[in-house]
Amino acid sequence: MADKSQVCSVWVGSETGILKGVSLSKKQAFNFCEMSCLSRDQEVCVLGWGDEHETEVLVGSVNGTVKTFSTEKGIFTETRQCGESTQGRFTGIAVTDSALITCVETGLLRVWKEGSTDTVEINAGTNVCRMRQNPSQRNQVATGGKENGLKVWDLERPETPIFTSKNVRNDWLDLRVPEWVRDMSFIPDSDKIVTCTGHHQVRVYDPASPQRRPVLEAHFGEYPLTALSLPANQDSVVVGNTHGELAILDLRKGLVRGCLKGLAGGVRGLQCHPSLPLVATCGLDRFLRVHSLEDRSLQHKVYLKSRLNCVLLSSKDLELSSSAVTGDVEEVKEEGGEVDEVWDTMEMINDQAKKRATDEEEAVVTGVEKTTKKRKVVK
Amino acid sequence: MKNVAAMERSRLCVSEIKNKQRRHLMFMKLKQEKRKVAMKKKKKKERDALGDKAPPKEVPKTIENQRVYDETTVNPEDEEVAFDEGTDEFSAYFNRLTNPKVLITTSDRPRGRTVRFCNQLATVIPDAHVYYRRGLALKKVIPQCIARGFTYLMVINEDRKVPNGMVLCHLPDGPTAHFKVSSVRLRKEMKRRGKDPTEHSPEVILNNFTTRLGHSMGRLFAALFPHDPQFVGRQVATFHNQRDFIFFRFHRYIFKNEQRVGIQELGPRFTLKLRSLQKGTFDSKFGEYEWVLKRHENDVCRRRFNL
Repeated sequence: MADKSQVCSVWVGSETGILKGVSLSKKQAFNFCEMSCLSRDQEVCVLGWGDEHETEVLVGSVNGTVKTFSTEKGIFTETRQCGESTQGRFTGIAVTDSALITCVETGLLRVWKEGSTDTVEINAGTNVCRMRQNPSQRNQVATGGKENGLKVWDLERPETPIFTSKNVRNDWLDLRVPEWVRDMSFIPDSDKIVTCTGHHQVRVYDPASPQRRPVLEAHFGEYPLTALSLPANQDSVVVGNTHGELAILDLRKGLVRGCLKGLAGGVRGLQCHPSLPLVATCGLDRFLRVHSLEDRSLQHKVYLKSRLNCVLLSSKDLELSSSAVTGDVEEVKEEGGEVDEVWDTMEMINDQAKKRATDEEEAVVTGVEKTTKKRKVVK
Repeated sequence: MKNVAAMERSRLCVSEIKNKQRRHLMFMKLKQEKRKVAMKKKKKKERDALGDKAPPKEVPKTIENQRVYDETTVNPEDEEVAFDEGTDEFSAYFNRLTNPKVLITTSDRPRGRTVRFCNQLATVIPDAHVYYRRGLALKKVIPQCIARGFTYLMVINEDRKVPNGMVLCHLPDGPTAHFKVSSVRLRKEMKRRGKDPTEHSPEVILNNFTTRLGHSMGRLFAALFPHDPQFVGRQVATFHNQRDFIFFRFHRYIFKNEQRVGIQELGPRFTLKLRSLQKGTFDSKFGEYEWVLKRHENDVCRRRFNL
């Protein structure tokens, strides 16, 4: 179990309560659960990293329990009861300095401190859809929901939010524009927050500016946007909607830069890789897909049998460079050789042999390359 | 014999065509037919000459034969899929906790053909009630249906006096499927049909629903009919899936002896094509879709199907 979980680079939570780990380099998916005690009330609502080194995954379920899964040991190490199912589903989970922050749909945001049973509670309004933590300032969290605008809270001052957004002006018929914040994200290196709404709008708020209304508004599609993520190093944002349409929007002008194809069901979870131009999506069509952001092509597609709720990407390199290949190449170089041409040819042959070996490993799950190979065999 | 007679007829016609181009075309067609017949004869001769040593007859390639293997095909021993199906929205029906009760309605202001289709559907599906739509909003109809104990809402959409769409919504919180309906044949238009269907519950046959999406569809159709078919009635409803089209037929069968069955087609026949499957009750604007038909993505490979 431990070696399986150490290889996994993508973690997915499903509606059946199973935590699935996917290793894209080995093209295999593993279920981490006990098959005997599965039930629908253990449905995974949120996934989060338990620590900065990404060795622990926090799994929040519908019945109010938060389980800690250790990626090194491959087992669930801890279970905490953080509320009941009557209080609503978890909409966000985060960790600061040994304290666990959870938020539920009814708006109750709680900070559970290690060791003590009392919690700091904040009422974030009703119908909260999402809670996210600021990655650079760990004590700031943002919440938003249906008819509940974006609010940024500082956990040290739990009474009032440090930023409350204001709804846009009435539209051309002088009617109030309905508000429905589905997901938000903090833009790194600045104070800004980008949100996506159930009315197919993407808005950028700037707490540093005097206006509380959105600084930028963009539209995409005709269906509610359910998930949002920021890729590394670019001022763009990737959004997904309930029809399975994924788009990359440019935040400078608010235009659609391109769409990612392949999804057939509503997007439930979306995350961009912290350093590589990759984005992982999971949704109701029971597939995990990894697209490349540069050429918008599908890199990996994994069938995971249950409807998927949330996805978590690790920061390590997802691609083919498994540790075995790099180790052997280094050994060849160390053995020494004066004739570079001979050494070059030898290395190339070794690499090809290794690549053939990795391809022939049995795959539970097929990547894009694997499907083409299978087609040739069938014909 | 038939081919020879046809050729003789056309041979006479070829020389009588005054237009050179058309005459040439007819002649070329004739020659092709002749060549085909000759090839067939030659092959048969070779096969007979070889006798036992002849290579086996090649199976012709069809699109169904060449279907690209779908990775979502359900393996019967899969525990996870079994758990998923055992606890999904249809589990109440399959655990015999509820009996199906169907409400059939149409889009607003239906024409005669659609109304007759709905009435015939109501005779085919036991415990089905037809109501006029009268411009009511579906989102308001659904809570009332749930209150009165209905398990299914079926809305037949009509366009230009012909039914062309169906929304099948499982209540209380079940998935909503939207289909394109085509080739509707009412009872009057059926050839060699039997008498009208009786009140007995029919048996249900679900053919070729192999993938995970296909399984969901199969369960959706199965839950329309009561659990226990009344074999006395000898009626059977068939949902046959081929190339993502679902063909519905309703027959009455009789066993003539142990090997032979006679069937009579009663009832309406229609074909369905799934356009979208939405999680939750009907909410086309804000609902989450489990599967949406995206035509351009399906056009890429002719041998890939979803159901």
